[in-house]
Amino acid sequence: MNLIALFRRRPDGSAAIAKERLQIILAHERSDRGQPEFLPRLQQELMAVIAKYVKVEQENINVTVQHDDTRAILEINVELPPKH
Amino acid sequence: MTKVVVVTSGKGGVGKTTSSAAIGTGLALRGHKTVIIDFDVGLRNLDLIMGCERRVVFDFVNVINGDATLSQALIKDKRVENLHVFPTSQTRDKDALTMSGVERVLDELRELKFDYIVCDSPAGIEHGAVAALYFADEAIVVTNPEVSSVRDSDRILGILASKSRRAQRGEEPVHEHLLLTRYSADRVERGEMLTVKDVNDILAIPLIGVIPESPAVLKASNMGVPVIHDQESLAGQAYSDAVARFLGEKRDMRFLAPPRKGLLHKLFGTNA
Repeated sequence: MNLIALFRRRPDGSAAIAKERLQIILAHERSDRGQPEFLPRLQQELMAVIAKYVKVEQENINVTVQHDDTRAILEINVELPPKH
Repeated sequence: MTKVVVVTSGKGGVGKTTSSAAIGTGLALRGHKTVIIDFDVGLRNLDLIMGCERRVVFDFVNVINGDATLSQALIKDKRVENLHVFPTSQTRDKDALTMSGVERVLDELRELKFDYIVCDSPAGIEHGAVAALYFADEAIVVTNPEVSSVRDSDRILGILASKSRRAQRGEEPVHEHLLLTRYSADRVERGEMLTVKDVNDILAIPLIGVIPESPAVLKASNMGVPVIHDQESLAGQAYSDAVARFLGEKRDMRFLAPPRKGLLHKLFGTNA
């Protein structure tokens, strides 16, 4: 067994996958940080109103607050389905 | 000037209490008057790791409630001069640690001229963990090279940056230090484990030490002797290095490469 292990130097490589997954999820989670707590609820209520008029999926509504030195901007992005 | 140091991680079981015990002891061994406080209300364990479990009479909650004085509750370490342990309570009431109570205790410890107050945080991000980090000047973030631990450490860094007293008062931020524990250089070399550099790149805070996975850690907890006393062990030496770096000394990182094995060991040795 050890003799085989000696010649087997094929890296398992799962660490590289771990790193990549972490980088992606943390970038996502960090961007959510510092957002006001009412945001998810606002997003849901907006969704309910918009759904009365057009059919949109939850993931097509994006609500964020961006801060700069002097002000905060509430940004609401709604992606509508293409016209048929 | 007293410094409040929180040892935190988010995730449980990564080595917070082991590290609090080792680093607190290390600071006292270097001549600094140090107290290690167990913030894990309901799950007292620092006393066991420090080997003083049979000397606990009063605890953190007793002092906060005014049922005992601080000097009655502080346990003087038997091995190291200038080292004290402040045990937590076994109560199931998680809110027993009021912020004003914690502040009063810390202020009293400042008056007693402690150089370092090491706060051993509970796992999680609930009240106890926030109470442990709220007053911190320095944070030692204990992380294993493993995805869930790294993610939780990142979360705790976010909480330090928003919920600590320094953050809320707009003061200079808490100084953060990364302590990587349970590092297996062998597995890193085989590509099975995140490297120091991977974790350090992702969390992007200064690295204070890398503690190799070592049987000495379990032995130390079995015996109730902080592993830093075991200077034969790699973990003990790595903690000494970490304490030195914490105090501002420059030391090269050790134990990052697997120990070189002879051919005979490779052929006939066991896979440890």
